[in-house]
Amino acid sequence: MTHDAQDAGSRDTEHTETNNAEVREPRMHELPTSPAPEADAAQRLDLGDPAAWHRVSPKYLVVEIIGTVIGGLLFCAGAAAVWILGDQQWALWVLIGIATVFIVTLTVEPRRVRSIGYQLRADDLLFRRGIMFQRFVSVPYGRMQLVDITRSPVARALGLAELKFVTAAAATGVIIPGLPMDEAEALRDRLVALAESRRAGL
Amino acid sequence: MSLNDAAAPGIPSRGTSNLADGEWHRLHPATPLLKGGVALIAITGIVIANLRERLVELFFGVPSYGGDPIDEIYNRGAVGWALLVILGVLLIVMVGFYLSWRMHSFRVTEEAVEVRSGILFRTNRKARLDRIQGVNIDRPLLPRIFGAAKLEVGVAGQDANVQLAYLGSSHTDALRRDILRLASGMRQSAAAPTGGAATAATGTAAAATAELAPGTVSADGTAAGQEPHTSGAHGLAASAGALITQRANEFLAPELDPDAAPPESVVHIPPLRLIASIAASGFTLVLIALVVAVPIALANQQYWIIFGFVPALIGGASYYINRFTKGLRYTIAGTADGVRVGFGLLSTSNETIPPGRIHAIAVTQPLLWRPFGWWTIRINTAGHSQQNGQNASNTTVLPVGRIDDVERVLALLLPESGLLPAGTGFTALAPGAVPVEPPAPTAEAPTELSNVLSAERSAELPAELPSADDAAIPSLIERGLVSKGGADGFTNSPRRAAWLRPFSWRRTGFALTENTVLLRHGVVARELALVPFARMQSVGATQGPIQRRLRLGSVHLHTVAGPVSARLTTIDHTVAAELFETLGAGAVASGANDTSHRWGSRQDAQ
Repeated sequence: MTHDAQDAGSRDTEHTETNNAEVREPRMHELPTSPAPEADAAQRLDLGDPAAWHRVSPKYLVVEIIGTVIGGLLFCAGAAAVWILGDQQWALWVLIGIATVFIVTLTVEPRRVRSIGYQLRADDLLFRRGIMFQRFVSVPYGRMQLVDITRSPVARALGLAELKFVTAAAATGVIIPGLPMDEAEALRDRLVALAESRRAGL
Repeated sequence: MSLNDAAAPGIPSRGTSNLADGEWHRLHPATPLLKGGVALIAITGIVIANLRERLVELFFGVPSYGGDPIDEIYNRGAVGWALLVILGVLLIVMVGFYLSWRMHSFRVTEEAVEVRSGILFRTNRKARLDRIQGVNIDRPLLPRIFGAAKLEVGVAGQDANVQLAYLGSSHTDALRRDILRLASGMRQSAAAPTGGAATAATGTAAAATAELAPGTVSADGTAAGQEPHTSGAHGLAASAGALITQRANEFLAPELDPDAAPPESVVHIPPLRLIASIAASGFTLVLIALVVAVPIALANQQYWIIFGFVPALIGGASYYINRFTKGLRYTIAGTADGVRVGFGLLSTSNETIPPGRIHAIAVTQPLLWRPFGWWTIRINTAGHSQQNGQNASNTTVLPVGRIDDVERVLALLLPESGLLPAGTGFTALAPGAVPVEPPAPTAEAPTELSNVLSAERSAELPAELPSADDAAIPSLIERGLVSKGGADGFTNSPRRAAWLRPFSWRRTGFALTENTVLLRHGVVARELALVPFARMQSVGATQGPIQRRLRLGSVHLHTVAGPVSARLTTIDHTVAAELFETLGAGAVASGANDTSHRWGSRQDAQ
């Protein structure tokens, strides 16, 4: 997790200045492609300026891990209850299966979190997430209907917040999780100001 | 009680309808009766059913054998109390009706349409005029008989519409015209000549009414005269005759008032085609399957299937009847204030969609329609009334039509798309809909991307678009609808997409014009989706593991919710990336230039 510590350091800088974004080392585009870099990169969708991605706080990884662990423990407890209390042998295999799935999920978690990113371009917000199922969304600022900031209990304990950019289309679904609270608020104000200057109709 | 236009002020109109003068007005005085019409009939029915024997005895002298509620009351000597209770209930109902009418008022100002209503719980709803998504006039059967209509101002959002139910029929048309004129941002002076001519036309029709029922509401909103007074008994008979003829005329009148729309609907659907198109829907296949399955099941003593079959039959019948009545008397025409779509035989509906309110269009052809060459057009708009499940009908702009019908309707829906040269489909489009502003930045923004796509575009479009004049070469629309694929102006999926789309990969593709995207897919059920750049909310690109192996990608155009989903799932991944960027830039540029929220102001500027 040395990468994450390094990233946390760079997080302290003001995100809205594009200069800083360029200075920051372009890890984003190379990381998700790690298993088979050459063959895979050619087939992969790669949009936006690779150097300009703002990533979410590495602390968000903790939120994700806690969520996954809680979910995994609940499922495992259910299977274990059937195995021990119900005396059903097959439940052991289910338990092992569930545990394997969640452990694999946990190992992929850091990469999934690092794959979340956003760029503030001249006229639109570019958002990406996902490694296996990649998703890019470009939203013109003027299409903004409202910006939501929500904080879950764990995220609040870590000082993180989730920013949701809502347009008239439900399918837009731009939710940027794991932003430090002050950064989320700054980003919200920035987006509102940008939307105001580029106001478009519905 | 006269059911006439008591909401009309006594002051004669001066070029605009008198309901849109910025003052508070009341609705049609019969509104509570019309709104509760069905309930009223039901209650009357129950009362009559209960008193049937009493009535029979009263009129024919047949002795009753007792036992009905009235005998019981009579025997207990409670007649006085019963009468008192009935009187009390009647009084409460009447006072309630009167108050609800009295407290329900609306006004139309330069800025907004505002309605306030409610006796105990007051509500006040205000819809900004530049946010209007459509104006809908509904005439359900019962109110229609009484010459009343419901005006609904559609605003984006769930259940956000402003309803004015009910208004006098002739006033409704005038009010709609005024609301649209105010919303368009046209200045009063510019609109005066047309507005004046328009009101003159309806004014003559309303003359008889105004004479008969000058129940007036003065400017400050207090009712000056509640009782409609007639000018003596001798005039009554003549006025009544005039009233009846006027009602009949209104009932039979075409839904498009001639002063505000070109006289002819651009599409005419013969009833036979409508019936056949409904019969050839996928639902019929289900019904046929059921009809086959039921005897087989019965022969095998599976009687339970009846319980599933009967509801399906009833549902099917109502579905067919619904589709049929909604498609009857279908009209569509372009007006200065947008496209006007009307339909309905007994209960009619007539919606005006101002320019720039259509977010996505889908032209589809179910498999069974292919032998006949029929298509249907559905649209996504931001404002729809969600009540009574009528949403579905409002999204269908063309229930069934041939390709030339489709092209004419598309020319109305997308007047600025440049897809169809003016004059192919419709003749005299009103001046408001003339394309004024070709969004130049749209064309220029993607150039900095300097990609394969724009190269293709510049190579294809200028060469092919004018050819739409040529009858020999099919237009881009027609190619989008029926072409089997290949080099036809669309950028299609590569061959390797056959792994995911074994039949339709040849046809799965897109084309771009200056301000519209065309996405086509489907070979069994063909579909062509059109989305104006200016209405796109955002663009998404996705890629899953299988798509990555095949070097494919998906592009999804996010629009407001509706029946149209504009997405392409199997295009080359580099093309998908280019398309993503082009669409994003196009959406920004068109969105910035878009002035359609005040569509009339463009004319002012000239």
